[in-house]
Amino acid sequence: MPTFVRTEKCDGCKGQDKTACMYICPHDLMMLDKDGSATGHAMKAYNQEPEQCWECYSCVKICPQNAIEVRHYADIVPLGGSVQPLRGSDSIMWTIKFRNGTLKRFKFPTRTTSEGSIDPFGGKPMPKLADIAKTGFFTTSVMGGFRTGNPAELIRVK
Amino acid sequence: MAQGTFGNPAIVEEELDILLIGGGMACCGAAYELMRWAEAVKAETGTDLKIKLVDKAAMDRSGAVAQGLSAINTYIGPDLDPADYTRMVSNDLMGITRDDLAYDLGRNVDDSVHLFEEWGLPIWKTDAEGVRHDGAESIREGIPTLKDGGKPVRSGKWQIMINGESYKWIVAEAAKKALGLSRIEERIFIVKLVNDKNDPSRIAGAVGFSVRDNTIHIYKAKAVLLAAGGCVNLFRPRSVGEGAGRAWYPVWNAGSTYAMAAEAGAEMTMMENRFVPARFKDGYGPVGAWFLLFKAKATNAYGEDYMVKNKAMLDDYPPYGQAAVPASCLRNHLMLKEMKDGRGPIYMDTVTALAKLRETLTPKEVKHLEAEAWEDFLDMCIGQCGIWVGENIEPEKKMSELMPTEPYLLGSHSGCCGIWVSGPEDLGAPTAAEGDYDGVPAHLPRGWNWGYRSMTTVKGLFTAGDGVGASGHKFSSGSHAEGRLAAKAMVKFALDNKDFKPELDTSAAQLAEEIYKPVRTFLEHKDYTTAIDVNPHYITPKMLQMRLQKIMDEYVAGVATYYNTNDKMLAVAEEKLEMLKEDAAKMRAKDLHELLRAWENYHRIITAEAHMKHIQFREESRYPGFYYRTDKNFVDEENWHCFVNSVYDKNSKKWTVFKRKHVDLVDKSKLFVKGAAH
Repeated sequence: MPTFVRTEKCDGCKGQDKTACMYICPHDLMMLDKDGSATGHAMKAYNQEPEQCWECYSCVKICPQNAIEVRHYADIVPLGGSVQPLRGSDSIMWTIKFRNGTLKRFKFPTRTTSEGSIDPFGGKPMPKLADIAKTGFFTTSVMGGFRTGNPAELIRVK
Repeated sequence: MAQGTFGNPAIVEEELDILLIGGGMACCGAAYELMRWAEAVKAETGTDLKIKLVDKAAMDRSGAVAQGLSAINTYIGPDLDPADYTRMVSNDLMGITRDDLAYDLGRNVDDSVHLFEEWGLPIWKTDAEGVRHDGAESIREGIPTLKDGGKPVRSGKWQIMINGESYKWIVAEAAKKALGLSRIEERIFIVKLVNDKNDPSRIAGAVGFSVRDNTIHIYKAKAVLLAAGGCVNLFRPRSVGEGAGRAWYPVWNAGSTYAMAAEAGAEMTMMENRFVPARFKDGYGPVGAWFLLFKAKATNAYGEDYMVKNKAMLDDYPPYGQAAVPASCLRNHLMLKEMKDGRGPIYMDTVTALAKLRETLTPKEVKHLEAEAWEDFLDMCIGQCGIWVGENIEPEKKMSELMPTEPYLLGSHSGCCGIWVSGPEDLGAPTAAEGDYDGVPAHLPRGWNWGYRSMTTVKGLFTAGDGVGASGHKFSSGSHAEGRLAAKAMVKFALDNKDFKPELDTSAAQLAEEIYKPVRTFLEHKDYTTAIDVNPHYITPKMLQMRLQKIMDEYVAGVATYYNTNDKMLAVAEEKLEMLKEDAAKMRAKDLHELLRAWENYHRIITAEAHMKHIQFREESRYPGFYYRTDKNFVDEENWHCFVNSVYDKNSKKWTVFKRKHVDLVDKSKLFVKGAAH
């Protein structure tokens, strides 16, 4: 089901160079209608190609105004349901409304470290160029993930 | 630099040592490994390698993991052997895979998974009492990480459960930090690789355009990693309205990896292979957790378990049907039997499965179980929840339909099409000196390694993830690890070729002209008719895509024919694809967004053509349940237990397809011993 943008909530990311939804959409679907010529709603975003929407919710999750929702694919799904997230820094809350009105809420963790805190090479060894043709990664000695197999399994290695 | 216009784009040229094309799991892995080795190069030699990553989207949410995932499908763990993994990959793909590539991945992949956990990806754990905890709770409970001996929750022999909504966000953060923002360019779509002027068997760079401003980007590089995903929407999807976007694999995977590599002259492998996942109908929600974690059964409309009922059909395909876990395509084969005989719909019996689990659970655990079932979709396939809410499906009360999808081409999931690459040297792979290379074109390497891990047969061109063919079952973690393997080899290649100066075989002006041709076509002819989309001088990318999908669906074993084709149908397809390829030169682009679609669809056509040619060449039906050649409806081990490879000549626009001998590096007979580990 494609995304749609609520007219009353979208603020076009306050006239910045690009909107959050344009920044994030993996399929280049979201557009800011600067002068209103495409939609009749100037300085608001819209999905320019709904039939190419994967419903990945990347734009829904990133929108600072919570202005983006999803109306599930009209050629498949009966109307009336909705699945709406609220993504925080370490968890995501889902509000799930069925066509018949049944309501469910779920909360799931999304990460166990704070956003932006990754120190990619902290505590990791500096590799030596002499080892560049050897198997394994520069982290092999510290990450405990290398699985040395039983050599007898390799039937062509003498 | 002068500002470009739509009619006259600016050209930016840049010279690099290493270029990464793509921003998904493979390129994130590559970036991570690469930057540390680049530091070592700087420290030991004083050389500053010039490196850049170019993504057509935004790394935080690009690639197949953009939406998130509910499981990591490749985690070996301390108790399994890389050889077990290699055997599983082989059997699932009907015996024709490269053991060297699978084994190498298997021994290295857990390193990446341990890094993901360190970076903040929540991984479910089982405690000493056998109770499951989500990834955040397990930390609060003091359960050790995987690296320190924590026990993952296995949803299958190789799969572990995660809270993966932010999986890509986390992995991208590490990659972006490793690279530094100055080495990343987003929203640039690379559409073409460029060979070296003085050595056509070598890569010299790549070209593309910005989808945000009117700029063409030309990169020269000594080494290029091409990892831009698999191919989606080359077949007519089951849903053709708004739902066309609800592809199982990401709709933005346009076959760019395969098409660009083929045009650069890289040897392709197993392009006849495809994946037809059996998934929850219409939403394409994952079934793995339902089968393996919740122990649900799939049945026909009358409640019969078709895997039991049709078991004897597996004996038609020895030995692949006789392993403890039969190949994925054969599981489809048994399901299709029920559908074709009129005993559909097929259902996942979620009601019985959940009722059974509830028998032994406390109310609190039942609540948890319900959340787990929903999270499985919400983490990676929210659209399936959309269908459940729209159709009032609560899985404990109402069963859901299953359906085999339209075909997909990929090399990282349960598929093995892709590019032929140089493998590791220590696993006993065939060398140039031994073996039978009859029929392999003279300019191609003989053995299975030629110096640099993950290098294609084009010097300096590397690939990973969906790009590496004849392997498969790498999934997210394996694609990350494979990117890292390639990155290391690329650093070595760059060092070994320190003094090499790449020269493009085509001038910048000509490249710019080619890339913007759909724009020129539009500007030249747009006023000829009064309706912008109907014009005899051009075709819209959207219509071209629909024509491709119609051809593939009706003649190359799409859903329209229940995945059947034959030599005659393929001959028709061949002719139609030829004309489609000619008409691709008349695509229009009315804006930069449509220029993106135009090039994506060109890549789809080249990929589709490879798929069709390979199916035509392989005179058997290697993947029953994924496709059938009704004129050769059998698996022919004697003549076709081999790789089918090909090369494309971009000048003549013709394919040369040929066999390469298959060799086992691990003993496969262990798969078929009763009671043996799979």
